[in-house]
Amino acid sequence: MNKTHDNKAWFFVLPVVALVAFNAVIPLMTVVNYSVQETFGDNVFFWAGVMWFEQVLQSERFHDALFRQLAFTFTILLIEVPLGVAIALTMPKKGPWVPVCLVLMALPLLIPWNVVGAMWNIFALPDIGLLGRSLNALGFDYNFTRQPGDAWFTLILMDVWHWTSLVVLLAYAGLVSIPDAYYQAAKIDGAKPFAVFRYIQLPKMKRVLTIAVLLRFMDSFMIYTELSVLTGGGPGNSTTLLSIDLVKIALGQFDLGPAAAMSLIYFLIILALSWVFYTLMMRNEQQ
Amino acid sequence: MSLELRGVGLRAGADIHIHPTDLVCEPGSFNILLGTTLAGKTTMMKLMAGLERPTAGTVWFGGQDVTGVSVRRRNVSMVYQQFINYPNMSVYENIASPLRVAKIDEAEIKRRVGTMAELLKLSPMLSRRPSELSGGQQQRTAMARALVKDADLVLLDEPLANLDFKLREELRDELPRLFADRDCIVVYATTEPVEALLFGGHTACLHEGRVTQFGPTAEVYRNPRDLVSAQVFSEPPINIASVTKAGSVFRFGQDTEFPASGAFAALADGAYTLGIRPHHVAPTPDGDNPVPVDGHVLVTELSGSESVIHFTVQGETWVSQSHGIHPFEVGTDQRLFADMSKALVFDGDGRRIEI
Repeated sequence: MNKTHDNKAWFFVLPVVALVAFNAVIPLMTVVNYSVQETFGDNVFFWAGVMWFEQVLQSERFHDALFRQLAFTFTILLIEVPLGVAIALTMPKKGPWVPVCLVLMALPLLIPWNVVGAMWNIFALPDIGLLGRSLNALGFDYNFTRQPGDAWFTLILMDVWHWTSLVVLLAYAGLVSIPDAYYQAAKIDGAKPFAVFRYIQLPKMKRVLTIAVLLRFMDSFMIYTELSVLTGGGPGNSTTLLSIDLVKIALGQFDLGPAAAMSLIYFLIILALSWVFYTLMMRNEQQ
Repeated sequence: MSLELRGVGLRAGADIHIHPTDLVCEPGSFNILLGTTLAGKTTMMKLMAGLERPTAGTVWFGGQDVTGVSVRRRNVSMVYQQFINYPNMSVYENIASPLRVAKIDEAEIKRRVGTMAELLKLSPMLSRRPSELSGGQQQRTAMARALVKDADLVLLDEPLANLDFKLREELRDELPRLFADRDCIVVYATTEPVEALLFGGHTACLHEGRVTQFGPTAEVYRNPRDLVSAQVFSEPPINIASVTKAGSVFRFGQDTEFPASGAFAALADGAYTLGIRPHHVAPTPDGDNPVPVDGHVLVTELSGSESVIHFTVQGETWVSQSHGIHPFEVGTDQRLFADMSKALVFDGDGRRIEI
C-alpha cells in the first residue's frame, strides 16, 4: 500500500497545541518559574535553585500535612468503594424504581461543593445543628470545632455522603451491563450468591471500579472547597490537608517560592500514586 | 428419564408468552426447537430448565412433578448464544466449576475435565482465560462446562448463532458426536431449518409462543400439519399461492389457470392455499405438473452450483431455488415453472389437507 507522506496534518493539531499551551503548559511553567526563584516584591527575581524544594521536603509541616492527606484518602477509599458497591448491588435492575434510585443517588453530586461544606458545617454544629445536637443529646461529647477526632469524623462523614454516589453510579453501570445469561448460568451451576458476586459481578465491574478508585483517589487528594468551609483545617492544624496547607502558604503568607515548590511536589505525588494505582489494577487484568 | 410438559403456559398480565403446550422428550433424544427470533424458544427452554415458573400446567421429569423446583436442585445445563464463561477463571477452572459446586474430589475433577477438554479440542488452552480465546473456543468451553456434569437435560440456545460460518460448520458436525453415547435429553434451539435437518431427531416448530407441530424431524418437514409449520420449516421461505378450485381447474390470480389433475381432483370446489417449496420452482419445466408462472425478478443470488431467484408473482414474493446458473436480469419479467404436483394444500384456516 502506498502511504501519503504529508506534513499538512500537523496544521490541524495546531489549535489544540495552542489551547493546551494557554490553559495548561504556560500556567504550569509559571509555577516552575516561581519554584526556582526568590522574590522580595517589585517583580525582581533571584535564582534560588532547588532551595525551596529542599525546604519543603524537609519541613515537618509538609510531612504532617502529607500524612494527614494519605490517612484521609485511604480512609475514604476504604469506606466509599465497598459501600458504593454494596449500595449498587441492592439497587433494582429494572422497573419503575430505577430512575427514582438513580436521581436520589445523583443528588449529592449535583450540590455545589461550597454548599456541601456549609450544609455540613451547620448540620454538625453542636448547639444548633441537627447532627451535633442529637449526638450531644445522646450523651456523646461531640464538638467538631474543638475536638480533632470529631472534626475528622465529620469530615469523613461529609465526604462519604458527598462522593459514595459516584462509586454507586459507576458500579451500577457495570452491574446492569452484565447479560442475564450469566446469572442464569450461575444458577444452573448451583453457585451461591457470594460466588456470583466473586466470580461474575466483581470481575465484570472491575473496569468501572478501577475508574471509580482512580477518580476518588485523585479528587480526595485535591479536596479543598468542602473542607475549607467545614473546618478550614482546624481545630489547630488537625484537618489541614495538603491543599489547605498550600493555600495558607501561597495566599496567607504569600511565600510564592515555597508554595510553587510545594505545588509541584503535590502534583508529582498525585501523578505518581495514580500511575501506581493504575498499573497495579491493570496488571491484574493481564494475568 | 423423560421430560414432559403438560399444558405448560406462561403469561404476564394480558401478554401470552407461551400458549399451553404438551410435549414429551424421550430419554436420550435430540430435540430441536425451530422458530424465528421472538418465537419463544428461549422462554420455552427456561420453562423446561426451571429458570422460569410456568403460570399454567406442570413440568414432569422422570415421572416426577418438578414444576417450581429450583433449577439449582435439578440436573440441568445450558449453553447460550452469547459465550458465557466465568471471566477471571482459566478454561480448566471454568470447566471444573460445576463439579466443584457438586463437591466432587480433585482427582475425579481432573480426569473428567481432561476427557472433556480432549473431546472439545481444548487441551492446549486449559490454562488460558476466556478473553484470550477465539469465539469458537469460548463456546467450546461453555459447552464443555455444560457437558462435564452429566446433566439429565442439556439445553442449547442457538449456540452457533454468534460464530462465523467456518466455525459454525465445524461445531455443527461435532455436536451430534458429542451426544451420541449420552442418555441425556438434548434440546437445541435454532432459527435455521437446515440445522434441524442436519441434526435429525425430533423437531418442534414454534411460532408466536405456540408449538405448531412436534414430531420426528423428517416427518415434520415432509408433512407439515399447517401452513405456519411449513413456513417455519422452510428456508428459503415457502412460496404461497392463493387459488380457487372450480371443476377441474385451479385459478391462480387473474390470468393463470392450471388443471387440478391427479390427487387434486378429489378436492371440493373452493378457496385453497398452496405451499410450494423453492426447489420445486425452476426456470425449466420439471416434475409431473409444471405450471408456468410469470413474475418480475427482484433479486438473483448465484452460487457456484445453484441459483436462487426472488421474484413477485400475483403480489406475493416467491423464491426459486434451482441447480445450475440461471442469470436472470433483475427488473425483467420472466417465466418460471412451479411443479404443482409437489404442492402442499392448506384450507382457508391454514390447516393442511392431505391428498
